[in-house]
Amino acid sequence: MADARSVVLGRIRRALADRPAAPEIPRSYDVTRPLGDLVELAAERIADYRAEVHRVTAEDVPAKIAELLAARGAARMVGPVDLPSNWQVDVAEWMIDSPSLTIDQLDAADGVLTGCAVAIAETGTIVLDGGEAQGRRALTLVPDYHLCVVRVDQIVGIVPEALARLAPTRPLTFISGPSATSDIELDRVEGVHGPRTLHVLITD
Amino acid sequence: MPAPRVGLFATCLTDTFYPSTARAVVRLLERLGCHVDFPMDQTCCGQMHYNTGYRDEARSLAAKYATVFAGYDAIVAPSGSCGGMVREIHPELHGTSDAFVRTYELSEFIVDVLGVTDVGAYFPHRVTYHPTCHSLRMLGVGDKPLSLLRAVRGLDLAELPAAETCCGFGGTFAVKNADTSTAMLGDKMRNVLNTGAEVLCAGDNSCLMHIGGGLSRLRTGVRTVHLAEILASTEEEPWAATP
Amino acid sequence: MGSNPVTWLGSPVFPKAAKAALADTQLRRNLRKATHTIRDKRAKAVAELPDWEQLRLAGEAIKDDVLSNLDTYLERIEAAVTARGGVVHWARDAREANEIVLRLAREAGTDEVVKVKSMATAEIGLNEALAAGGIRAIETDLAELIVQLGHDRPSHILVPAIHRNRSEIKEIFQREMAEKPVSDEPRELAEAARRHLRRKFLSAKVAVSGANFGVADTGSIVVVESEGNGRMCLTLPEVLITVMGIEKLVPTWQDLEVFLQLLPRSSTAERMNPYTSVWTGVTPGDGPQQFHLVLLDNGRTDALADRVGRQALRCIRCSACLNVCPVYERTGGQAYGSVYPGPIGAILSPQLVNDMHDKQAASLPYASSLCGACYEVCPVRINIPEVLVHLRAEAVEAKGRTPESVGMAALGWLFADARRYENAQKVGSLARHLAPSGRISSLPWPGSKWTSTRDVPTPPAESFRTWWRKNRG
Repeated sequence: MADARSVVLGRIRRALADRPAAPEIPRSYDVTRPLGDLVELAAERIADYRAEVHRVTAEDVPAKIAELLAARGAARMVGPVDLPSNWQVDVAEWMIDSPSLTIDQLDAADGVLTGCAVAIAETGTIVLDGGEAQGRRALTLVPDYHLCVVRVDQIVGIVPEALARLAPTRPLTFISGPSATSDIELDRVEGVHGPRTLHVLITD
Repeated sequence: MPAPRVGLFATCLTDTFYPSTARAVVRLLERLGCHVDFPMDQTCCGQMHYNTGYRDEARSLAAKYATVFAGYDAIVAPSGSCGGMVREIHPELHGTSDAFVRTYELSEFIVDVLGVTDVGAYFPHRVTYHPTCHSLRMLGVGDKPLSLLRAVRGLDLAELPAAETCCGFGGTFAVKNADTSTAMLGDKMRNVLNTGAEVLCAGDNSCLMHIGGGLSRLRTGVRTVHLAEILASTEEEPWAATP
Repeated sequence: MGSNPVTWLGSPVFPKAAKAALADTQLRRNLRKATHTIRDKRAKAVAELPDWEQLRLAGEAIKDDVLSNLDTYLERIEAAVTARGGVVHWARDAREANEIVLRLAREAGTDEVVKVKSMATAEIGLNEALAAGGIRAIETDLAELIVQLGHDRPSHILVPAIHRNRSEIKEIFQREMAEKPVSDEPRELAEAARRHLRRKFLSAKVAVSGANFGVADTGSIVVVESEGNGRMCLTLPEVLITVMGIEKLVPTWQDLEVFLQLLPRSSTAERMNPYTSVWTGVTPGDGPQQFHLVLLDNGRTDALADRVGRQALRCIRCSACLNVCPVYERTGGQAYGSVYPGPIGAILSPQLVNDMHDKQAASLPYASSLCGACYEVCPVRINIPEVLVHLRAEAVEAKGRTPESVGMAALGWLFADARRYENAQKVGSLARHLAPSGRISSLPWPGSKWTSTRDVPTPPAESFRTWWRKNRG
């Protein structure tokens, strides 16, 4: 008896007996767009989703982190294994993901601090790829507060530019604002299951 | 330029139920310098058959159309839906034919071929205009009917809210899904009545029969007039639709 | 041959179902508000992009490329996923897909799975099949949760509970949840959902998801979502099972750049949806360490075999067509009796069912006035009106000789000859004498379907051609 795989592939081949020609794909859409000051646009668009955005110089990053964590009362923060040590400010107790934090530990934390892989200005999107200062996906999912540091050189204009910079086989998370739903009368409501508060530091 | 030889495609609906519209097209096009002929062998474009799933009958009618309308400079139909059927679908059913390519909906013909937007019309009434779906989306006539109406002296043009929403006719849809069709009709009528217009104008008698049927049933006092009849009307000879 | 569970057994034909839905005033209000809101938002989101039409053309072509070489691309994604530690299964139909998922859940030793919203799993009736096998499936999308707790059926592809307003939702939650929301503010309702589901997320062993896209070259699977429940299901459990329709592929990673722009703006009318997750097979130390991809046919190859109908398989499930459809706006989704309602449902559901003798499925292509608003907004340019008319021709063929076909043939015969046609017109004008008021307000069946709500103009004294012959002949 034929297995499902050969049956389905056989059905496909018979269905395509008319040999439809694969079309040439017209790629006249924009692969880049003049959007003005990308940093300003990114800040504006990220803030559009009710994520708080701060711009600081590289030297001021630790101080800003301390300020935001203190203001929030975030006493226990999660960080990936390679979180820069000068980001691990005294204001909070740092739970570094080594050995791997348990789900309950993540759930008990007040927040998580990471960097990112790339940010898309036009859509206000931050992308994590598990690379530098980001850690595994659970770290940025379970805690209710995510503080993300974005470098100016990580900001691109539009989606095609971002995808060109990403390795597809890494686990990727595209974040555009704190979690939301529009299931109730199509009102966008923030804060369902992901971190309900997202703060972004844009630095050079 | 010699007077264009135009074949009038009256359409089965207009020929049978709204002959006044076809007479208006003749008067209008002749006033604009065309030589108008009505080949008597014409009947129907087959749209209703085609859209209901009866392709064979539609195919025969496409073949007949190609024969009946051979040899004209242009063929003009007072209907975006019939015009669309001929231009877009007849070639799929029958293959290419000059008659299909040269078929125009009325406002397209006047604006694009004759190059005219002021046809010298006079119609002193408050009018609102409903763009028929096939005109809008299949033929892409765009703004042409409105530009023609704007040039009509004495005409007070009121914009129709949600104009581009379908009136609910859809051919046999109006009968096979009569309840949904009526719900759509209700909203279209409400929008028409909200304009305070005395007259609802459209380029298709199918939509006008449907919307007009509702306006009449509810004794709204709003009447429907085809675009051709407004454009045919002048101060010297106001157009009166004789039933 | 079993019937495809994509359409719900016992659903009445569309005109009948629509009639009932049209009378539901709450439904009418909810739908009108929701569809008008999202329509405007979508138009604004799309207007922002200067290259929207070029993106649509690319999207259409990429999907046609996938369909033309579907076997090759499926083999490619299978190889890529397998190389990265995933396991690929093939399912001929709904029953087989359900068996696979049930077996995998049992092997994982669980009696409960958490689910991310997935049209494909709704289509195959997965939850019911799991329940029959002793496994509880917990919907985690707010709207799917509302539908599940309300013991209801979905009415929209993207927002399945669109037929519910906030006070109805509050009632459902108060009835079914342990921790009850105190008000009907959307914020409160979302908070109630969060508390209800959080424990499940943090302890679930097995998750089931669908997929928005599968990248053939790399084996990467993409899930586009808003609430974070997708991330929860895709990241925390040990075992992840993804059920994906075989048509949901894109050939290369680069191709996603088109769809990640087309989809958010067409569906929720945003520049970008809150969360998109991408994963390839298994990544040690990050996420589920067991990944299963179930490739689902369930009638898609029947659609693929239809040269005109196959374009329906381009669909990326954005629901833009539902939101602009004047029919859907008034009847809602449940009237279509299918997991896929609205314009796309009217062409996809009958093709998946693949049986035009099924009266309910055969009624769906007629649930349209052919206005074309759907085609205008479809991000992958599916010519829905063209497919509707094509399927109507198939329905007519299947029905054979009916009073309608006899009438249509008679009319065709009249139209074939101008003299015959003219004689018929003359007979009609006799009707004038029956309606001196100039309008007819009542006709026998089937004309009564018109005259129940509309007048008919009385046929005029003479037709145009009679006038022409008299005056110009």
